[in-house]
Amino acid sequence: MRQIISILLENEVGALSRVVGLFSQRGYSIENITAAPTEDAALSRITILTDGDEAIVERITKQLHKLVNVIKVSSKQDDSSNIVSREILFVKVQAIGHTQREEIKTLCDIFKAQIVDITPELYILQYVDTSFEVDRFLKAVKEQAEVVETVRSGVCGIFRGEQSLHS
Amino acid sequence: MEQLNGAQQVVRVLEDLGVTRIFGYPGAAVTDIYNELLDSEKITHTLARHEQGAVHMADGYARATGEVGFAIVTSGPGATNTVTALATAYGDSIPLVLITGQVSTSLIGTDAFQEVDTMGVTRPVVKYSFLCKKPEDIAKNLRKAFYIASTGRKGPVVVDIPKDCQNRSYFFDYDPTSDVSIRSYNPTVFGHKGQVKRAAKLLCDAKKPVMLIGGGVVQGNATQEIMTIAKKLNLPVASTLMGISGYPCSDSQYLGMLGMHGLYEANEALHHSDVIFAVGTRFADRATNKVSKFCPEATIIHIDVDPASISKTVQAHVPIVGDAKTVLNQVIQALNELDAKVNPALYAWWTQIEEYRAKKCLSYKKPEDVIRPQEVIECISKLSHELNLDPYVTTDVGQHQMFTAQYFKFETPRHFLTSGGLGTMGLGFPAAIGAQFALPDAKVICISGDGSFQMNMQELAVCRKYNLPVKVFILDNSVLGMVRQFQTVFYDRRYSATNLDGNPDFVMLAQAYGFKGIRISKREDLESTIKEVLLSDEFTLVDVITDINTKVMPWQRANGSMVDMMLNEEEC
Repeated sequence: MRQIISILLENEVGALSRVVGLFSQRGYSIENITAAPTEDAALSRITILTDGDEAIVERITKQLHKLVNVIKVSSKQDDSSNIVSREILFVKVQAIGHTQREEIKTLCDIFKAQIVDITPELYILQYVDTSFEVDRFLKAVKEQAEVVETVRSGVCGIFRGEQSLHS
Repeated sequence: MEQLNGAQQVVRVLEDLGVTRIFGYPGAAVTDIYNELLDSEKITHTLARHEQGAVHMADGYARATGEVGFAIVTSGPGATNTVTALATAYGDSIPLVLITGQVSTSLIGTDAFQEVDTMGVTRPVVKYSFLCKKPEDIAKNLRKAFYIASTGRKGPVVVDIPKDCQNRSYFFDYDPTSDVSIRSYNPTVFGHKGQVKRAAKLLCDAKKPVMLIGGGVVQGNATQEIMTIAKKLNLPVASTLMGISGYPCSDSQYLGMLGMHGLYEANEALHHSDVIFAVGTRFADRATNKVSKFCPEATIIHIDVDPASISKTVQAHVPIVGDAKTVLNQVIQALNELDAKVNPALYAWWTQIEEYRAKKCLSYKKPEDVIRPQEVIECISKLSHELNLDPYVTTDVGQHQMFTAQYFKFETPRHFLTSGGLGTMGLGFPAAIGAQFALPDAKVICISGDGSFQMNMQELAVCRKYNLPVKVFILDNSVLGMVRQFQTVFYDRRYSATNLDGNPDFVMLAQAYGFKGIRISKREDLESTIKEVLLSDEFTLVDVITDINTKVMPWQRANGSMVDMMLNEEEC
């Protein structure tokens, strides 16, 4: 079961490595992770996508909460009724010849993806959506063109409704 | 404001925190601090012979007193040598602060001489760690380290101080304010009121209750409260290895240690209980055997200061997060409000428990030609009581540790110092030294094995230098007894690497340091010699030649329930 864990923590020396270290130390998996400062420069917000049942995620959140630098931890199942989440994808594809370039452009129009850089033989595509949609888009691109390189940001998410993570 | 350089600030903060003793080993990255330590009138430094020994001494000091232990070592190998000792303290939640020197900030990351990423190397085995990036961080970080080490679930904290931050010629304001606040760190103290009431009600109604005390009761100074509740409701009390000394062994309600080598009556009582009142324990694997088979009928009330320890292995039905002493006082109050009395159903339960006790699971035979290790422990324990010594007893890890846990009758909290979580051979001797420094008038005994003692025997030099009257008893069977016991039973007597041929003559070793060493190899010498040693005011090492084939019993079968036990050696 894919779960999203949100962590608010103090920006202290080694804080991020303690979070990441805890996952490897206790045998939990990280599918992806994003980290960046918040509106309060002393704090960072981390979003981790992990795989595990409720009991494991409860254990992870308890252990995370125990870390001295961690202020708040919250977790939810990764589904759009709980959480607004987005991932950004850049994919560099071969785009040679008029036909192929048009086909890729049409694909981008359908998915509302953007072409953000071009050379005579390459496109860089940018796509922002949930991880699930990003997977779908990438699959479609691979069927259409030769993929040279991809990079994904990892999930950045915020819980719907009243619940919020602030200090 | 007073102007002090970084090294002076280190010493001054420690003085302000009330530190009187620090254990350590100098090196290039801490010479400025050592220079200032020389002038301190309040802090005495003890030079160990190995950094691991230094931190174990601070650990023993902390275990015996409940105060925060302090140690200081240099960068690189100095820091890496402390890793086992830090992990030992972390495993048993012992409060200590370790100051490590670091190469200058400009050299960090360049693979400089004696540079190691101390924060990185120690991260999984400390509660927290600090790197002082500028001199101004020193006082603040040391105060925070002290605060973090000694609050909530206690533990070791490292403060890494680069050489240039200690700079003797850079003077700056010394901020004497002791106020420490850490935005993200607020340990829970009081238990949830509703949960406390539920727990009190469950305890009153229980027909077959057992109290289970862990290290949190000893470290949290909650032994008096445990006694009050136990007496109020006539509850049987079992203990984990770390909980030993948290309840007097002579009390009729005490069942003894539970778990892998626990007592028959403790394991049986827990297995058949309907309510377990667990305080300050983390239900470790050596205590529970197979978790899914653990105490099937019991409703579990679990009090712990660390929420992550609750329902980590054994599922708690009534979890209560908070400080043991505080929560137990809340429980006492709730019991008073309920006008709680001893449940009449307990008479039948105690009758049942007496039947478990009648098994006499600790009985053993005494063949004529060999001394059995159990006899040695029983003898030291008996004489200690007769002579009113109330000793502090440290152990290392192995058979002698389990025999001490089973046969020594502890009466006073904090008098049993052992490595339960990490299981560190080599803790016992330096921990005894630390305890002796903390309590110069106390009788301190280290019970060790011939394997374990050699892990930190270099610290004999510290006993020599300071004339410490520590008593060391080595249960010497010339093998690694605990591993050998496994090999006998599970590996068809294939004794791979458990023979300690090449051991030194321990008596002569003691003599080499100018101490008295005594060997006991006959039963008739046991009592008289031990008595003489216990009464002596001098360091003495006693090498007791014990039976090589004795196994620690009872012994739980792996992956079984609490009552899947082998009771005597013939069963193995």
